[in-house]
Amino acid sequence: MCTTCGCGEAAGGAGPAHAHVHPEQHDGSGHTHLPGGSGHTVVLQQKVLARNDDLALANRAWLAARTISAINLMSSPGAGKSALLERTVADLGADLPVAVIEGDQETALDADRIEQAGARAVQINTGAGCHLDAGAVGEALRRLDPVPGSLVFIENVGNLVCPALFDLGEQARVVIASVTEGADKPLKYPQMFRAADVVLLNKTDLLPYLDFDSVRYEADLAALSPGTLLLPVSAATGAHLPDWYAWLRRLAAPIPTR
Amino acid sequence: MHELAITEGVVDAVQQRLPDATVTCVRLEIGPLSGVAADSVRFCFDLVAEGTNLSGARLEISEPPARCRCHRCGTEFAPDGPFPMCRCGSMEVAVLCGDQLTITSVEVA
Repeated sequence: MCTTCGCGEAAGGAGPAHAHVHPEQHDGSGHTHLPGGSGHTVVLQQKVLARNDDLALANRAWLAARTISAINLMSSPGAGKSALLERTVADLGADLPVAVIEGDQETALDADRIEQAGARAVQINTGAGCHLDAGAVGEALRRLDPVPGSLVFIENVGNLVCPALFDLGEQARVVIASVTEGADKPLKYPQMFRAADVVLLNKTDLLPYLDFDSVRYEADLAALSPGTLLLPVSAATGAHLPDWYAWLRRLAAPIPTR
Repeated sequence: MHELAITEGVVDAVQQRLPDATVTCVRLEIGPLSGVAADSVRFCFDLVAEGTNLSGARLEISEPPARCRCHRCGTEFAPDGPFPMCRCGSMEVAVLCGDQLTITSVEVA
């Protein structure tokens, strides 16, 4: 290997640091060397997220081989993600196996809550990290080892910005928003809402006490991301949760019957 | 602040491709619709590069303008923010360019 540019071509014998001839293009190395002063330029043209995307692809294949459906759950902190997940686990767990990967900066509080609700859970503490990445999720999936045909919820770190960028290998992305956050969130965080297959608008039981413009919320979301399904729900009262469960059942791979 | 992770991704990728080179300059292309703030990457880069073969390297970021095409009226336009909207009022647009996040090249000593 050329020790100066790191490409696959063998260095041409001893001598100064870069004695071998650099052709304009090394076969198969995928990069071009351009002349450039004392040193030289190595053209990479590489996506920064390439490694994450590769790992996400591997996760997707791992899940598909086991007919497991994974859902990337994203929200701001306090939207009611864990409460909604607890209730979902309790209501669905009897006939649809559910497992959970919990991502938080610190503590195993959420994983404990989910296990009490009756699902297997593993906790990823991201420390300084503001999002989950495909590498951490891949490790967690192998630790969790969900049964074939099950549903895996990946509870991302509470944050409406960073998680949107990182593919985890999930089958669907769900944003949990709440009416207490205000109706302007889709337009303020377009990247997150655009990436969502479903937006669960939680805490609708509090609507009578709030100045929340539901019509505007629905219109903004429809304009921003026409393919996104909006499901208003209340994890506290259980209102409209059957709509959410119906969507989940459609997503979950059917267990083949003989 | 996902830019810290993004910057670590940049340094890791260059280290992996050029493990034995002394890298003196890294060139990135960050589109305005990539969701990544170039200034934050600049802020993180020196810290992340320290102790690697990119330590002390110069960081050059180009931010080429974005181009979008409206699905509703077919107009091609340059969005004026991170949130593309056509003059006709539609937000249903295809991003033709501007969402890239690429290590274009590096310079080695």
